[in-house]
Amino acid sequence: MNIGDSVEKKDHAPKMGGAAIYAADYPVEGVLFGKLLHSGKARARIVEIRLPEIQEGYFVVDKNDVPGDNNVNIVKDDTPVFARETVEYIGDPILMVVGPDEKETERILKAIEVVYEELPPVINIRDYDTVFFDYNYGKGDLETAFAEADKVYTEQFETGYQEQAYLETQGMIAEPHPNKITVHGSMQCPYYVKGAVERAMGYTKEQVQIKQDTTGGGFGGKEAFPSILACQVAVAANKAGKPVRVIFDRREDMEFTSKRHPSLCTYKVAIKNGKITAMDIDVLFNGGAYTTLSAVVLQRGIICASGVYKVDNLMVRGRAVKTNLVPSGAYRGFGAPQTFFAVEMILDHIAKDLGVDSLQFKLDNLVQQDDATSTGGMYHFPVPIPQMVEKIDAASDYWVKRKEYAKPQTGRYRRGIGSSIFFHGAGFTGSGERDHIKAVTHLHKFPNGNVEILVSNSDMGQGLKTTFSKIVAHELDLPYDKIIIENPDTDRVPDSGPTVASRSLMTVGELLRRAAIKLREAWVDGEDQIVEERFKEPDFLIPFFLDKFQGDAYPTYAWGVNAIEVEVDTYTGITAVLGAWGCFDVGTPVDLNVVVGQMEGGFLQGIGYASIEQMTADDKGRIRNNSFSDYIIPTSMDVPKLNVIMHVEKYPDGPYGAKGAGELPLVGAPGAYAGALEQALGEPINKVPFSMDDTMKVLQRVRV
Amino acid sequence: MIFILNGKETSYTGNPSARLLDVLRDEFRLTGVKCGCKEGECGACSVIMNGLLVNSCMVAMGTVSGCTITTIEGYRETSRYKVLDKAFSSVSAVQCGFCIPGMVLAAECILAKNPHPTEDEIRIGISGNLCRCTGYNAIVNAIAIAAKEGNGIW
Repeated sequence: MNIGDSVEKKDHAPKMGGAAIYAADYPVEGVLFGKLLHSGKARARIVEIRLPEIQEGYFVVDKNDVPGDNNVNIVKDDTPVFARETVEYIGDPILMVVGPDEKETERILKAIEVVYEELPPVINIRDYDTVFFDYNYGKGDLETAFAEADKVYTEQFETGYQEQAYLETQGMIAEPHPNKITVHGSMQCPYYVKGAVERAMGYTKEQVQIKQDTTGGGFGGKEAFPSILACQVAVAANKAGKPVRVIFDRREDMEFTSKRHPSLCTYKVAIKNGKITAMDIDVLFNGGAYTTLSAVVLQRGIICASGVYKVDNLMVRGRAVKTNLVPSGAYRGFGAPQTFFAVEMILDHIAKDLGVDSLQFKLDNLVQQDDATSTGGMYHFPVPIPQMVEKIDAASDYWVKRKEYAKPQTGRYRRGIGSSIFFHGAGFTGSGERDHIKAVTHLHKFPNGNVEILVSNSDMGQGLKTTFSKIVAHELDLPYDKIIIENPDTDRVPDSGPTVASRSLMTVGELLRRAAIKLREAWVDGEDQIVEERFKEPDFLIPFFLDKFQGDAYPTYAWGVNAIEVEVDTYTGITAVLGAWGCFDVGTPVDLNVVVGQMEGGFLQGIGYASIEQMTADDKGRIRNNSFSDYIIPTSMDVPKLNVIMHVEKYPDGPYGAKGAGELPLVGAPGAYAGALEQALGEPINKVPFSMDDTMKVLQRVRV
Repeated sequence: MIFILNGKETSYTGNPSARLLDVLRDEFRLTGVKCGCKEGECGACSVIMNGLLVNSCMVAMGTVSGCTITTIEGYRETSRYKVLDKAFSSVSAVQCGFCIPGMVLAAECILAKNPHPTEDEIRIGISGNLCRCTGYNAIVNAIAIAAKEGNGIW
């Protein structure tokens, strides 16, 4: 059997039949309900908290109940477990009410009165006064390049929030034991949660056990947030001396949990003889009230800010700034969709001004194998974009349509087709794997010949249980059903790192492949055996230095080409997506169904981000789009012709040639969608999402 | 009050204004019925009520008297389920799984009405069930495969 041939997913049967147990599905007998009191003000000092009379068995839990450190261990330590003297955004968790009856718990919550002394909040990203992170890097001679340019273009681009909208909301349960605590729930990164709970509880490693429950989607939204919620339920369970569960309702989840950073990017581009000679880029990310993951999101965002293009003279500055809004965080793409949107759009606009085809213009400026990356690393492997463009053209008739729709259009319906070319750096940015994660994997062979995979990566739907098992089965020449893989439990599995950054299959999957080879060579029938494999950085890498943004930020890249065709109804402003084509290179697919499922799902999320998924805060800092009625995600009717084409450029250090996959398909969609829409409208677009209202405004202005 | 739940006559004596969703999950421990929004928008809590797909979060218990309710726990015992199970597996249409029980019951309602639906008809039939993982293609394909393989069973 070929490694790419699809098998029944390991988690198919329990999920299909409704038997899989998610956090909310555990029996509630003997478990207290926890409800958070969220700040109602964007920025205020807490003057007083007036509690109603509280009957026995009910508890109010706040910062004074945190036995360890009231700071959640994320990248920096400014996110409180429970609010300190001030609240910094609408939603900041002030306290938790816990008790045996859900309705009584809610009654107490509603009866609590918080007296605030309001302070002026920063709501608009343009009004920031606190910079969380400020990075810059560059190369070449910018001044000369701009002075000698034929033409210089400057433009600003804006992107909005995107909510992960996993179907299962955040949920976490803590069970106290004497001198130990167990926390289980919906999460991507059990060891991140473990580190956070150890710190908040003041516990040692041995005193904290974290178990991932079946997780109903993550998309980055369950990377850091579960650490916060886990600390809160752990503290509450510790105080009450009983298990405590918190399951967010949808509105709470949408309004108060992390989402994609809104951005404001300013690009200045020099062109000489039809080539890009310089880029001066300023990236501003809205970090929200606390830093959470903004540092790393910003790093990825600025490293790929110059796109897939050869730019010898480059300056990139990136800042993540504080606003009094919900902390922004990880979402599939992790900073890249924002800057890729900006770079793709400005090149479209430049090509139009130069009177050349934008995709051809982009191909003429494309990087090639052995070229330097933005950070002075190297594209060590082939850049397959030209072949992928051919595949996209063959499937979509892109060039013909692009020319056709460029002609003046009349009538009610107007069409356009747009494209984007992009990459996603595979795995952690920079030296994260080597210096911070140091992944460890185990394989446990039982006397009966079954082999259990022991890793901390979680399957949240993306198919890791299946692909990991296939790799191990393949190397051991065992039937797939002899391989066991359970949801991670930190008492049983080593720390193979978090389930993020499109790293799991490429990095941890490769460690499992090597571990399986080790086990095969040491195999003794009837014996209980354990083998271990640890991360080792590939030899070919140019070492990365984060302080200078120099070196190989990524070992390799996954590549993508998108084309999206739209039709605008000029009477209603409604845009129909007639077709969406995505060609993706994630190396060798370790299960074609799984990979195509990732590509299709991610591509549709990207189209949603570009078009209908609108979320904004009002002038008080309140997010109003906090339900599926007000925050619209694509249904089965929105993009019926969504086509995925795979291209394979093998990566020698990934299992069988596999590279990072999960995030890539989202990254290019905004550029291709906006490119199509601006061709149909005949007007430039500088922001996503570009909603029906935005389209109507253009139509009213240009009076088509 | 009496109703038929997964083929069995069942009595309910609680609050008539309680949501069917909460009663199914909390009282009858049918946790295959998922709660995604409690606002009738996502379809994760879909059940079949007298042959029609409904969001159980939008149904008050008072209206359930005398009705026939099928959840995934009942439906998974049928031969039709086995056809859908095989079809969903063959294209790996199940990712996070949270929308799946509702999606499966939506598929049943599509096929019960029209054993050989077109792609458009399938897309319309599942349009009240949100899925954030798959982009829907695999689910649409799975239902089309089930229609073909289950020839005669619907």
